[in-house]
Amino acid sequence: MDKSLFTKHISQKFNQELENVRQRVLTMGGMVEEQIGDSLEALASLDSNLCKKVIERDEKVNAYEVSIDEECARILAKRQPAAGDLRLVVAIIKTITDLERIGDEAEKIAHMANHIALSLEDSMPSKKQFGAVMHLGSHVKTMLNEALDAFARLDVEAALKVAQKETTADKEYNAITRQLITYMMEDPRSITSALDVMWSARALERIGDHARNICEYVIYLVEGKDVRHVSLEEMEKLAQGRQE
Amino acid sequence: MTTDVTLDLTKENSNDGVNFDAVKDETIALKVEDLNLYYDKKQALNNINLHIPEKKVTAFIGPSGCGKSTLLRCFNRMNDLVDIARVEGAIKLHDNNIYGKDVNVADLRRNVGMVFQKPNPFPKSIYENVAYGLRLQGINKRSVLDEVVEWALKGAALWDEVKDRLDENALGLSGGQQQRLVIARSIAVQPEVLLLDEPASALDPISTLKIEELIHDLKDQYTIVIVTHNMQQAARVSDYTAFMFMGDLVEFDETDVIFTNPRKKKTEDYITGRYG
Repeated sequence: MDKSLFTKHISQKFNQELENVRQRVLTMGGMVEEQIGDSLEALASLDSNLCKKVIERDEKVNAYEVSIDEECARILAKRQPAAGDLRLVVAIIKTITDLERIGDEAEKIAHMANHIALSLEDSMPSKKQFGAVMHLGSHVKTMLNEALDAFARLDVEAALKVAQKETTADKEYNAITRQLITYMMEDPRSITSALDVMWSARALERIGDHARNICEYVIYLVEGKDVRHVSLEEMEKLAQGRQE
Repeated sequence: MTTDVTLDLTKENSNDGVNFDAVKDETIALKVEDLNLYYDKKQALNNINLHIPEKKVTAFIGPSGCGKSTLLRCFNRMNDLVDIARVEGAIKLHDNNIYGKDVNVADLRRNVGMVFQKPNPFPKSIYENVAYGLRLQGINKRSVLDEVVEWALKGAALWDEVKDRLDENALGLSGGQQQRLVIARSIAVQPEVLLLDEPASALDPISTLKIEELIHDLKDQYTIVIVTHNMQQAARVSDYTAFMFMGDLVEFDETDVIFTNPRKKKTEDYITGRYG
């Protein structure tokens, strides 16, 4: 497809509408990235105030989803987009759902962090786990950042690379789970807080899945190929360009 | 030097945008083979190769002057009426070249009916409009005519609206009704193929939807080829779409493919309303 972004329509206003909604997706994406960053920081520092901030700001992310959805419905009704334009609108509608879910996951992490912070337990073996969780956190945050970048630049290669990183996220999550189980078996008093850490890691792993979904929409948008529910190899094969 | 020119021509006239595989499981009603058409010295159609499947709707889209109506008119040799038009190549209706020497053009046009943008009923009664083609064939028996008129008007989804006033002048009908009457007149002689040249572009949205619904019903029995400027209409009514540009057939594929993921940038630019 034409990568000169969504300009060149005879209708200038249509150009603006598409560009505007595309920009707003990126803004929403930036906001969600910030939410992940802050929720991780809240988890590391067990800062209740930061937790609250993340939880409150999720409302804003939700509002973005609703308003971008409305804008897309309006474009569908009034412009009846076709081909690449249609795929852009469809990809956006799906992308913002994943972004909103990522926002929810960040909120969950903030809740867990708050819970750990407020817990009265003296022994917090789960703290030892924060290192691994932080690592997973920064990994999926980068994934999201690069997925949004691929979306902004309509870059299939970049999208494929991000999708490949999801396997690492899964592996790290499994490692964290195994270790936490060991801790819980060693010291049953740590179970409550260890579970909080486990749920946080779970949330981060989900964020990786959502980032991969966004990459799949980028490939759909650019190549018109549906690469959901296929292996990575299959995905690469399908993502070969075809428009002349 | 000569070689270069030849190579360029091959490139220009290549049919790589025509996905013949899309219709490989269909019975082909019309086969266009290496068709070139010239208006005097100006070439209006460049080496068209196309398979039009039977009992399906095939839409031709493209900007004004791209040759879509010219191509449509080749299917019942309407271009014969244009003195300066010259046709090369072949169009085969079930393997018989309609440009062959022994073809009876009147028979061909009965078999390949045509409906135009502006409804053109005769200034006669509704009944006589539909019966006209049969009378031309020398069929005058009232019972036969009655039966065919009712059948054709029902087929064109007009019967219920006019059954009580068949003797009224057809020019008293609304534009949408007139267009359906013209379609009834075309199908009364039981053609194989119906050519529709912008059949709904002079009609209001409701009449347009009725015509589209009618096209959908008619494809059970007829091969339909429609030229339209309204891309949403092409997307709604057709099974296959051909995009033409400056006399070239740029792309032919399933309508779903053309409107969601066309292969050619020219097609994409046109259907998304961009300047290429």
